[in-house]
Amino acid sequence: MKSQNRRSFLKTSTVITAAATGLTPTAAHAKPENVLSPDRMGVLVDTTVCIGCRNCEWACKTAHGLATPPLEAYEDQTPFDKMRRPDDTALTVVNRYDNPKDPELPVTVKVQCMHCDHPACVSACIVGAISKHEDGAVVWDTDKCIGCRYCMVACPFQIPAFEYHKAIQPKIMKCDFCADRRKEGKLPACVEACPVEALTFGPREALVRVARDKVRRNPDRYVNHIYGEYEVGGTSWMYLAGQDFDSLKMPKLGPNPAPGVSESIQHGIFAYFVPPVSLYALLGAVMWTSRRSQSDEEEQP
Amino acid sequence: MTHFVRPQPVTTKPYLTPGVWVLLLLAANGLFWLAGRFLFGIGSVTHLNNQYPWGIWIGIDVAAGVALAAGGFTTAALGHVMHREAYHAVVRPALLTAMLGYTMVAVGVSIDIGRYYYIWHPLIMWNGSSALFEVGMCVMIYMTVLYIEFLPIVTERFIGRVNLPGPLARLNDLVDRLLRLLDRTLSKTMFVFIIAGVVLSTLHQSSLGTLMVIAGPKMHPLWQTPVLPLLFLLSAVSVGFPMVIFESLLAARSFGLKPEMHILGRLGRMVAPLLGIYLAFKLGDLFIRETFVYLTSFNLQSVMYVCEIVLGIVVPMRMFMAPAVQKSPLLLFIAAALVVGGVLLNRVDSFIVAYTPPYSYGPYFPSVGEISVTVGFVSILVLLYRAAVMIFPVISLPDKAMMPSTKYSVRG
Repeated sequence: MKSQNRRSFLKTSTVITAAATGLTPTAAHAKPENVLSPDRMGVLVDTTVCIGCRNCEWACKTAHGLATPPLEAYEDQTPFDKMRRPDDTALTVVNRYDNPKDPELPVTVKVQCMHCDHPACVSACIVGAISKHEDGAVVWDTDKCIGCRYCMVACPFQIPAFEYHKAIQPKIMKCDFCADRRKEGKLPACVEACPVEALTFGPREALVRVARDKVRRNPDRYVNHIYGEYEVGGTSWMYLAGQDFDSLKMPKLGPNPAPGVSESIQHGIFAYFVPPVSLYALLGAVMWTSRRSQSDEEEQP
Repeated sequence: MTHFVRPQPVTTKPYLTPGVWVLLLLAANGLFWLAGRFLFGIGSVTHLNNQYPWGIWIGIDVAAGVALAAGGFTTAALGHVMHREAYHAVVRPALLTAMLGYTMVAVGVSIDIGRYYYIWHPLIMWNGSSALFEVGMCVMIYMTVLYIEFLPIVTERFIGRVNLPGPLARLNDLVDRLLRLLDRTLSKTMFVFIIAGVVLSTLHQSSLGTLMVIAGPKMHPLWQTPVLPLLFLLSAVSVGFPMVIFESLLAARSFGLKPEMHILGRLGRMVAPLLGIYLAFKLGDLFIRETFVYLTSFNLQSVMYVCEIVLGIVVPMRMFMAPAVQKSPLLLFIAAALVVGGVLLNRVDSFIVAYTPPYSYGPYFPSVGEISVTVGFVSILVLLYRAAVMIFPVISLPDKAMMPSTKYSVRG
């Protein structure tokens, strides 16, 4: 410490600053794919049409190679007795809720990843393993993921699930909007399997128009709320219902994108590395001046 | 008398004492449960699930670990950046704690992530918008900086004393020359690392707070605030000196040494203003966001919040202001322990208690395995600290060579 001289101090500081500046462009491009295409696809779920046959659950498991009993077993109604959530064995589940309009006719609601327009998981992922594709899908990449589960902390819908009982290569499991099937030009498995067309697949913009039209023409059938149109900045999957979405256990969320606050703090602290480099310079100055004043005042042994 | 102290290896007690045996047992127990995690997956030893993805391995081992290692950068800023030479005696113990603490944080992260063998991925796969990415990078770089800062202590210990066993003895001269070269290079460039250490700490101590901001409404409003990063930084700065006091007094007690009360007391005087700033921002946040309404209901969250403020900030702040506390090792220890406990509680609150996911099947409470691993890690940390201060010149002791050769010294 004591043998440092002004020249080496300046020289090294310059190198540090140069290195930090050199890093800036790389950091600016270091982002996972996060496209918000105007042509992105989506699905409109009409919960007033759903009959709770759970064919979508079966189709989803079959399409994703997950273990499933035969389709006939899904006629069993007992799984409805308790609320279920998507997990590592089922990427989508259907739950049953009371219908205040007609107690004889309960409402069934399919749950899966909402494929947000501004996904918190994409923003949060430490290695950029999750990306938002042009077609609207939010997809997880097994080659990058380190299994930190920060996406699960970040997700406002609490969707990503983790394979807690795998010691090697545990996966983050969530609906991938059938990215592989759609590349072959097929529909998402659940949409194809739905016998009553409760699920409508199409460009998100068109779906919003369809949904608004439905609500306008059947004000008695629907509450005037398209869940997912504005929630957390909009989602690719949207819901229509005949009752308040609170009663369907859909989280109450504001219109601001979930990663908004976190990202602005993050980008504020790292605005082109100016704050850290300034702090470095300031501390360097304090170190330099205090060293001089100290040695003037007292002779150090 | 202060001029006659100099860092040197502690030789007053043997390594193995009954207390050390207890720590060894706790460490072994922790490693046993840890083996279960590696053989059967995280779910087999923890109570984590899809609703509660993070438990005490992140809340305590990582978040609290980073906060309690803050003594490293606060004393470095005081001793090296501001050149307050009087505090040099505490810089090395704080540096050692930080170095071991961050090592534990790194190990803690790698056992908590599902794919520990991909821990290097963030180095080449970047996501600039992720707070976790920033924390990860800063912690990795800062840990390297801490090891570099510790190197002069290693060279000091071995220069002129290199004595390799057996046939390796021929290399003694070469190793000694390398050490001297390293020492010369480091003494010229160390200031770069010291400033970098302070900058990196400021960055990731605050970003650790940013981590939970993205959880949005899933986090209890008492803790969920956009100024969370600032609160994390302020609490880390205010816990730095209490942690140094806490461990210095513990180490002195354990080795039967006389604590450096004149330095620790002066350090203690600086704690109250730092705690005051933290308290001001914490209460300001409470009133500006009007979240004090949540304190009117009696539940886990409100009780924990009040504990944090009263026991962790207000009481120790008042204690540190009293001259009697600055002179008494016991009272100083209690005050320091309260601050340490308060910040530990804050990190647990922020990462676990405040986290209330929408579809929870029941609250999270750590499993025996999780607690065992965390306790085991802390034990290993203490064991490594004890070994390090017995091998390397870390703790400042009265220098026998420079002491007047009288049997009794006059205290005054």
